[in-house]
Amino acid sequence: MTDNRVYLDNAATTRTDPRVVDAMVPFFTDTYGNANSLHAEGRAAHKALEDARSRVAAAINAGRPDEVLFTSGGTESDNSALIGLATAGGRAGGHIIVSAFEHHAVLEPAEWLGKHGFDISLLKPRSDGVVHPDDLRAALREGTVLVSIMHGNNELGTLQPIAELAAVAHEGGALFHTDAAQTVGKVEFDAQALGVDAASFSGHKIYGPKGTGVLFLKRGTRFAPYLMGGGQEFHKRSGTQNVPGAQGFATALEIMVAEREAETGRLTMLRDRFEAAILGRLENTYVNGIDSPRMPHITSLIVKGVEGESMLLHLDAKGIAVSTGSACSSGSLQASHVLMAIDCPQEIAHGSLRVSLGRWTTEADVDYLVDSLVPIVERLRAMSPVYEKMFGQKA
Amino acid sequence: MLYSDKVMDHFGNPHNVGVIEDADGVGEVGNPVCGDMMKITIKVTDDHLDDIKFQTLGCGAAIATSSVITEMARGMSLEDAVRITKAEIAGELDGLPPAKMHCSVLAADGLRAAVDDYLVKNGREPISGGPEHVEEDEQGQ
Ligand code: FES
Repeated sequence: MTDNRVYLDNAATTRTDPRVVDAMVPFFTDTYGNANSLHAEGRAAHKALEDARSRVAAAINAGRPDEVLFTSGGTESDNSALIGLATAGGRAGGHIIVSAFEHHAVLEPAEWLGKHGFDISLLKPRSDGVVHPDDLRAALREGTVLVSIMHGNNELGTLQPIAELAAVAHEGGALFHTDAAQTVGKVEFDAQALGVDAASFSGHKIYGPKGTGVLFLKRGTRFAPYLMGGGQEFHKRSGTQNVPGAQGFATALEIMVAEREAETGRLTMLRDRFEAAILGRLENTYVNGIDSPRMPHITSLIVKGVEGESMLLHLDAKGIAVSTGSACSSGSLQASHVLMAIDCPQEIAHGSLRVSLGRWTTEADVDYLVDSLVPIVERLRAMSPVYEKMFGQKA
Repeated sequence: MLYSDKVMDHFGNPHNVGVIEDADGVGEVGNPVCGDMMKITIKVTDDHLDDIKFQTLGCGAAIATSSVITEMARGMSLEDAVRITKAEIAGELDGLPPAKMHCSVLAADGLRAAVDDYLVKNGREPISGGPEHVEEDEQGQ
């Protein structure tokens, strides 16, 4: 699949790095024991699991390895953080704040809690794609128990001031969780410096295996287990541990951290090259959050007067994979809730295109995207019954 | 959500794109569900569609259904043209994903609006407006 394809949807998922696959293989076929068994096979698996845990803890600067819980992915980490923190100690009500542009893996459990005794506030980011600490301060109430705000937005690429937001939440007496699935390894994540109580990570966003994730849970934080059973993961997440997955996650994250500085520079250069070229060559086009702190690999492009799905399909035919927040491309025919949250009008969100670069993206790929996208947009605008009327010019 | 090869063919190489400059009838419709727009222009001879062109701002299905309806309707009598249903359009494309059926309504509506526009311009009664498409008028589209 990688031959002749230009994959620019790395915020959706990444190709597993062959180095990660190599690191995992022995834990399927050689060290295959159950990490909870007492015999030699079990002890070997346990050692591998704890080795992975320590490596992850070091990579995110957790205070202790047992603050790292292995899960089945970002969705489980987010779901269990929201529900486990909210309902800890038998708590049945209270006020919870989540940002309005969270991933659905946070929004849906928040909504569920809202139907089960909790009071939920959706906190809007500003139009720059950032949740401002002052806005959080204003949203806190007596009885706010939990705040969840993502580290980096998956559609916009904008980074949130997590250390400040966590401090504000703590001043108000609330716990703070962040969904860091998009950011971990791409920008620095230091659990102690950020001061968060919980954080969610996903393996497949960092060139690791799908079906792997981590929940960071600060020691001493009360938490109601979401998966119950054999009491694995310090009684916080039952289920026989996925040792190859944990090893794969740890290796993937270590590679991210080791290569981060060089990779950030390289991706930023490619992203800026793409943005400058496309904005220079296409009228009525802009980049969301362009002046905000952003991750290096995501561009949220708005091409006015063109529908996103039609751009996506034409690019796909040219061998390029990207994504869009257009209503037409979603099963629900709703424009992306992220774009709505930053007050992007529906007809503008219609023309959104997300380009997310990755480890194997080259300058030639980015140039090919620009050279492909420009004529596609010109052709679609020429086909539009309203483009001339809307913008007073021919495409 | 997957499109049939026929949809992708029409989307990739749409037929009859453009505007007939001296059109006899013009139909402009918008899709209240997702904000797409379509314009159909027609040439009429002896109450038959001589020529038909479209412009569409919309998704893959909206473009493919616009393209296929121009092929289906060309040469048809006005009476027959206004009876083309969304199901027939979808059938001609080997089916559409359920969420995309409304896009074929847009195409059918655009054609009906163009035919009615021709008739009204010539002092005749409009002939379309069956229940399948009434809802858009009710929504003030
Ligand atoms: S017209 Fe928007 S979904 Fe097809």
